[in-house]
Amino acid sequence: MAELWQGLMKAIELIVTLDPEVLEITVRSLVISAASCAITALICLPLGSLIHFNRFRGKRSLINVIQTLYSVPTVAVGLFVFLLISRAGPLGGLGLMFTPAAMVLGQVLLLVPVVLGLVISALSGVDKAVPETAVALGASKIQVTALTMMEARFAILTAIIMGFGRAISELGLSLMVGGNIRGFTRTITTAISLETSKGDIELSLALGIILICVAMVINFLLNRLQNRYY
Amino acid sequence: MSPKAVFCLLGVLIIVSLLLSLFACTVQGADILPPKQRLRVATTTSLYDTGLWGYLEPIFEKKYGVEMDVLYAATGIALEYGKRGDVDVITVHDKARELQFISEGYGTERVIFAYNYFVVVGPSHDPAGIKGMKPEDAFRKLGESGSVAFISRGDESGTHAKEKAIWKSAGFDYEKIRKSGQWYIEAGRGMGPTLLMAKEKMAYTLSDIGTFLAYKGKLDLVPIVDKGSILLNVYSVLPVNPDKVKNINAAMARKLVQFLASAEIQKLIGDYGIKSYGMPLFTPCAGASEPTS
Repeated sequence: MAELWQGLMKAIELIVTLDPEVLEITVRSLVISAASCAITALICLPLGSLIHFNRFRGKRSLINVIQTLYSVPTVAVGLFVFLLISRAGPLGGLGLMFTPAAMVLGQVLLLVPVVLGLVISALSGVDKAVPETAVALGASKIQVTALTMMEARFAILTAIIMGFGRAISELGLSLMVGGNIRGFTRTITTAISLETSKGDIELSLALGIILICVAMVINFLLNRLQNRYY
Repeated sequence: MSPKAVFCLLGVLIIVSLLLSLFACTVQGADILPPKQRLRVATTTSLYDTGLWGYLEPIFEKKYGVEMDVLYAATGIALEYGKRGDVDVITVHDKARELQFISEGYGTERVIFAYNYFVVVGPSHDPAGIKGMKPEDAFRKLGESGSVAFISRGDESGTHAKEKAIWKSAGFDYEKIRKSGQWYIEAGRGMGPTLLMAKEKMAYTLSDIGTFLAYKGKLDLVPIVDKGSILLNVYSVLPVNPDKVKNINAAMARKLVQFLASAEIQKLIGDYGIKSYGMPLFTPCAGASEPTS
C-alpha cells in the first residue's frame, strides 16, 4: 500500500511539474492517435454512407465481417503490419518500420472496422421517415445523405471518439511496429509497459493517470455535447 | 448546437489533427518520417536494462550527428531484425548464433567489446541448497529435485541459450526439463521482468551480472552460484551485411563498431556502473583475444 501511495505522489509531482519526458511522451501519444483517428474518419464517413445508402448483394455479410473485425487483437494487426512493412516485406522499400508512421498505419487498420461499423449503425438508427420525407419533398441523393448524417451526428461523433479511445489505449501494435524507441516512437502505453518491467512504478503511474485523464476529458466533452442538445 | 455546427466542429477537429501531425513531421524528435541519417540498433535486453545504451547513445549521436534508434529485443529476434533489414547493426551475446549469422552472410564481422558473467540468483535462504556449487552441479540438483521453482527467460535470448547450454552440460535433455513440471517456469520476457518475477515467486533464475546489479535495489534475491567458466558472457557487435540485405546504413554501422572499440568508449564501458552500483557492470575487451574463463 505504501508503495502505491508513494508512487501516486511521485506521479502527481511528475505531472504537476510538467516533467519534459512525461510531456513529450503524452504529446506524441496524442498526435499519433489523433492522426490515426482523423485518417480513419476520412475513410469511414464516405465509405460508411456508401455502404448504408446502397443496396447490393452481400451487404449483410459485409456488415457481419466488419463487425467481426471489431475484436481483432492489436497484436494480430501488429504482426500483419510488421510483415507488410519490414524491409523484407512487400512495402519494405518505404522504410516505415519502427517509425511513428508505421504506428499510424497500423492504428488506421485497427480502427477502420470499428468506426466503419459504428458509422453504419449510426446511419441505420435514423428514423426512416426522415429520408422518405426528404425524398417526397424532392431532395437529391446527396441532400438525403447529408440530412441523414446530420440526424446521426451524435452517434457518428461517438464512433469517432470510440476509435480515438482504441488508438490511444492500444499497446501490442505500437510495441511491435514502433519498437518503443526513446524520443521517437515511445508512447504512453509502451512507456508504461517498459517502466513497469523495469520496476519503475512512478513514471508508469504518472502516465497511467494521464491516460485516464485524457479519457475523462473526452468523455466529459461528449456528455456535455449530448446533454445540452438532446 | 445546430447539426451544421457539430459537423463543422468535427471537420475542424479532423483538420487540426492532420495539421498537428504534419507539424509534428517537421519538429525534430517527433518526426513521422525518418530523416536521412538514422542508425538503427537492435540490442539485447541486458545491455538496455542496465542502462548502458541509454548512457552511450547521446555520446554517439553527438559525435557523429546521427539519430540513433535503439531497439531492445532478445538475441533471437534481434538477429531476425537484422536478417530482415530492419536494423543496421546488432549488439548481442550468443556466440553460436552470432557465428551462424555471419556464416549465412547476414553479418560482415563479429567484434567483441565487453564481457561479464552470468550468475544463478535466488532467495537468500537457498531452498534448494545449491549455494557455492559449480553451475552444472547446481542445475543437476535443481533438475533432479524438480520441486524448487526456476524461472527461465524462455524467449530465445542469449541468456536463454546459455541456460540451455548449462542444462546440457549438467546431463539433461532441455526439452525434458522444459516439460518436467510446474517448477520450471518460462517467463517469455526480458531479463529485468524475469528477475522481478523470480523475486515475486521466490524462485531461482539465471541472470547476467549487469542486469542483476542494476535491479538489485528492487530485489531481495542474492547470487547463489557465480563461479564456473561456463558462466562467461561475451557481448559483441555485428554490422549487417549491405551486400546481402538491402537499405543498410553500413557506413554508420561501421562507425558504431569503431566507436565501441575505441579506447575512450572502452574506458567508459569499464567504468559504467561504479557510480550507481558500486562496481563496474562490464569488463571491456575490444581488441583482446576472446576471454575463455
